[in-house]
Amino acid sequence: MLKARLGALAATAASIPITLLGLALVTFFIGRVVPIDPVLAVVGDRAPADVVERARIEMGLDQPLYVQFWRYLGDILSGDLGRSVMTSNPVWQDIARFFPATFELATLAIIVAAILGIGLGVLAATRQGSWVDQAVRVFCLAGHSLPVFVLGLISLLVFYAWLGWLPGPGRQGIIYQDMVETRTGLLTLDAALAGDWPAFRDAMAHLVQPAGVLAFFSLAYIARMTRAFMLAELRSEYVTTARAKGLSSARIVWRHAFRNTAVPLVTVIFLTYAGLLEGAVLTETIFAWPGLGQYLTVSLLNADMNAVLGATLVVGLIYVALNLLADLLYRLMDPRTR
Amino acid sequence: MSTAPLVEVKNLRVDFPSATGVTHAVRGVSFSLGKEKLGIVGESGSGKSVTGRALMRLLPASTKAQADVLRFGETDILHASERQMRALRGRRIGLILQDPKYSLNPVMTAGAQIAEALRAHRRIGRREAREASLDLLEGVKIRDPRRVHDAYPHELSGGMGQRVMIAMMLAPNPELLIADEPTSALDASVQAEILRLIEELVDTRGMALMLISHDLPLVSHFCDRVAVMYAGQVMEELPAAELHKATHGYTRGLLECLPSLTERRPRLPTLNRDPAWLAPRP
Repeated sequence: MLKARLGALAATAASIPITLLGLALVTFFIGRVVPIDPVLAVVGDRAPADVVERARIEMGLDQPLYVQFWRYLGDILSGDLGRSVMTSNPVWQDIARFFPATFELATLAIIVAAILGIGLGVLAATRQGSWVDQAVRVFCLAGHSLPVFVLGLISLLVFYAWLGWLPGPGRQGIIYQDMVETRTGLLTLDAALAGDWPAFRDAMAHLVQPAGVLAFFSLAYIARMTRAFMLAELRSEYVTTARAKGLSSARIVWRHAFRNTAVPLVTVIFLTYAGLLEGAVLTETIFAWPGLGQYLTVSLLNADMNAVLGATLVVGLIYVALNLLADLLYRLMDPRTR
Repeated sequence: MSTAPLVEVKNLRVDFPSATGVTHAVRGVSFSLGKEKLGIVGESGSGKSVTGRALMRLLPASTKAQADVLRFGETDILHASERQMRALRGRRIGLILQDPKYSLNPVMTAGAQIAEALRAHRRIGRREAREASLDLLEGVKIRDPRRVHDAYPHELSGGMGQRVMIAMMLAPNPELLIADEPTSALDASVQAEILRLIEELVDTRGMALMLISHDLPLVSHFCDRVAVMYAGQVMEELPAAELHKATHGYTRGLLECLPSLTERRPRLPTLNRDPAWLAPRP
């Protein structure tokens, strides 16, 4: 049995390089297919023909495609994602600067969404057909069908413009800017590490609205899936067994039905998290959040292909990593897959 | 102690409302049960399982169960609080379901599920519960209790799983065991073993048994009395030993269409259903 378990793990591990190779292939071909000439992007529209030609050869674009791909692979494996034309920084430096903002936002959002979503989903499933169930379903429908930019704008209007409870767009108040030493890039964590509690409160206050909007959007999906999974489990025979044993309903719901629901839910939550980490473009734009989504969008609009491809590669890596993690957790939680 | 029977059911009616109308699953079933073995036989959909579950109030919330009397011991099942019912379930009435593949929780070890049944009704520590679970596994004649204790249900065979189920349901020492088709999902060779095990445990512990099955000869072999159900009603109730003297057309019909190993029969008769069986009786 241990052998089978190790074998399955080895198979998963072996699939990673293949997935990553596929990912590199995709980003490479996106770079060749888009109607943007990488040479012109570097030398400019008005460069003389011989300059363009020299640049073309210097960039290796005169080589056959497989040679180009081989070089591209070598570059990304050594961490060289090229230079952004727009910021003139190496792309990985830009990403290292923008990604923590997205990470902070997405992580807070997914924690809130998972806790509330699971809670609401279980509540609705155990009271199927009641007004509680209906209320949860309407709430989730709203979260799922209202576009995030509408939610974001309403939130700004109500909590920032009318009530004045929360700060407006941006990641921190102007007086706190660059006051806290950057260690992790997560403003709340950095402020806490520095013991600067006013800065921490300020960063938190700025997080509440965008994280709330993303959490609402995500929890709607998580709650719906939780409800559906739970309804299926609650109808199963082992739940009848658990009831026949005289267990409390809390124990039947959480220890029996939910533990079986948790297995597929892990995948749902991790994929939702991956979706948030890739950068919620609309939310980041509305709340002027300097995250990966904004970086990608601005780069794309400026035809900054190195930045776009680099960020795409990072997003892909995150997806692969989270999928792998979900897979491992799945194995850990469901004895049948071991 | 009074001489009142352990279980008393008078005119039990169970309805399942649905979008397309009401299904009358049980239509006026009456019986009583002391410390004996009662077999309830009937074809699929005759209401035998629903009757068993109504006794433990395990039917879905939308189900409507009514009765003139539905009593277990001193408890009025229809009007008992959920708290009273929980004290009854498992503790005083055990339920064995058909297929251990579905009736055991796939993500909990067998031992954990047995220990849980113990701990639901008794204040005992983890270690004590583990010891007791191992004893129970030995009690259902599992040769390697330690291995089974730590195994997950999918790692057990059907017969093994059913033994775990039996151990789990007997853990709190109930007074009545309801076995709902306990062997239907098992291989023929294992069926007899499991039934013998149930019989032995019921006898040594002095429990009452309600054996629900569609297998008429099997039930008559293991039980003291047999109730034959059809379309939500009890057609006939008689001592198992006198099954061959059955008078009701339905019972006779069922017995008629059984093949025999010793007797040569040119052609098996089919069962002709008589609408008069379902006529309301006085």
